[in-house]
Amino acid sequence: MTGELKSGRQVVEGSYAVAHAAAMCRPDVISAYPITPQTHIVEDLSQFVADGVIDSKYINVESEFSALSALVGASAAGARTYSATTSQGLALMHEVLFNAAGMRLPIVMTIVNRSMSAPINIWNDHQDSVAQRDTGWIQIYIEDAQELVDATAQAFMIGEDPDVSLPVMVCMDGFILSHVFEPVDLLDQKDVDDFLPQFLPVRALDPDNPESFGMFVDPAYYMDFRYLVEQAMDASRSKIEDAAKKFESSFGRHYGGLIDTYHTDGAEIILVAMGSLVGTLRDVVDDLRSKGKPVGLLKIRAFRPFPIDEIKKAVAGAKVVVVLDKNISLGTGEGAVTTEIKAGMYNGDISVPVIGFVIGLGGRDIPVTTVQRIVEKAEDVIRNGIAAESEFVDLNHSHVRV
Amino acid sequence: MIMKEIRIHGRGGQGSVTAAELLAIAAFEDGLYSQAFPSFGVERRGAPVMAFVRLSDHTIRLRSQVYDPDYVIVQDATLIETVDVASGLKADGMIIINTEHKPEDLHLETEAVVRTIDATRIALDIIGKPIMNTVMLGAFAGASGEVTVDSIKHAVQDRFPGKVGEKNAEAVQSAYDRGVGA
Repeated sequence: MTGELKSGRQVVEGSYAVAHAAAMCRPDVISAYPITPQTHIVEDLSQFVADGVIDSKYINVESEFSALSALVGASAAGARTYSATTSQGLALMHEVLFNAAGMRLPIVMTIVNRSMSAPINIWNDHQDSVAQRDTGWIQIYIEDAQELVDATAQAFMIGEDPDVSLPVMVCMDGFILSHVFEPVDLLDQKDVDDFLPQFLPVRALDPDNPESFGMFVDPAYYMDFRYLVEQAMDASRSKIEDAAKKFESSFGRHYGGLIDTYHTDGAEIILVAMGSLVGTLRDVVDDLRSKGKPVGLLKIRAFRPFPIDEIKKAVAGAKVVVVLDKNISLGTGEGAVTTEIKAGMYNGDISVPVIGFVIGLGGRDIPVTTVQRIVEKAEDVIRNGIAAESEFVDLNHSHVRV
Repeated sequence: MIMKEIRIHGRGGQGSVTAAELLAIAAFEDGLYSQAFPSFGVERRGAPVMAFVRLSDHTIRLRSQVYDPDYVIVQDATLIETVDVASGLKADGMIIINTEHKPEDLHLETEAVVRTIDATRIALDIIGKPIMNTVMLGAFAGASGEVTVDSIKHAVQDRFPGKVGEKNAEAVQSAYDRGVGA
């Protein structure tokens, strides 16, 4: 690929779509370390840089720890910064993730969601990014290749907002979205330039006006810094909604703000999920609705900040909430989304049973028939109450079956 | 048009994933929505691999693998011995196999239509290499009518510019002509 970047509607790989979208946002500095299944994104971006079709500085590094550390420095100097990683690579960044958020650096990073070792496995689930939920990064989960493009542009707008000034993870399902070829409207440079304002950092390193980032603070200050990060997270709620609305008025597409709902009005059973599984669930909901079954869907788009108010409002009239978690918080028996929804509803006015299903770990496929069986279990809960608060779906091997 | 699902069987190195991508690109040129994805195996040369394609006149939201395909394309007939290539194939569907044998000699357990084409021979004669993935797309276009041969040829030539693309497009046309009404 040489010369100009293509634009307009065409069939491309999901990885190309995100690399293209990131390029259109004109990052000053890109740094990443290749790791399956993120590799195609950074190959495409380094190709764009090598071909001179984008103006970014690409910093080659020897590890993910260094990739994010390089961006911490660049972002502190006022550069717009981008990276992409997955799984073990994200885990290696763990320490730097806290630093980027604590220093209030609006780095945007695509997470190509993949399982965590051991056993080693290169396929999709959400364990890698869910495990980073307390690091202070905004997390947005993506349904299809088009939303990936659109949310990448929105991510810079959200993170760089002076009221937020936090890093953002755009989380896409490994292989399922990174290696799919499907029609995508690739963004036009001028349109993105009109949509996305120039990055004006709240604070930046400047030799003429020296400041310190992330320095030592004693107990008299530390806790207040953490409180400010939480406040920024809270401020990002309206900014996530605003960015989605602004994008819609510029480009005509809207994939939801903090959440999206599908046929939740009058639904007795509401399925909750994040990521590409939402697409499959839309098909299942349409099918069940056509058979007269009152089933709806709640897509969690922002997992951080956690949209509990929006979730409570959406499920208030339901008889059971069914959470499909592509992660397992080991030692609790359930996925993190299930736990957080239950916790968020506990002190509220509404009381709707919540059941959780751990599903699709390490790339285990999620066929429509599996979702249909889950809906049947939800119907059982309406009739007979909760039998199991959480269970693993589609275990294969008889010796681990309960 | 309701959604049509296609499963491509091949061995690592035979270009099954590329074939799926090119089919999705060609169908899009024909005005359809399309989705192509690999079976996400660990890719090794010679190992059985699968790739999937969905075609529809509506947005495709389903993300699972293909379990009940309308069409199966088999790039390498030796797979029949080790892989259940007709698994889930719809009774009114079609399976297209690259082999010099006749359909009735294969003894496949399926109610679907079985077509065979010696794609390796066509590839050797026209392209000069036993790379049959684009040839099988021509055969699929001819036998199924789900995509136009012109779109397949465009997609092939766009991916492989110059002489390689021209020869592949010629092989696509040859397989298409044999596939139509065969």
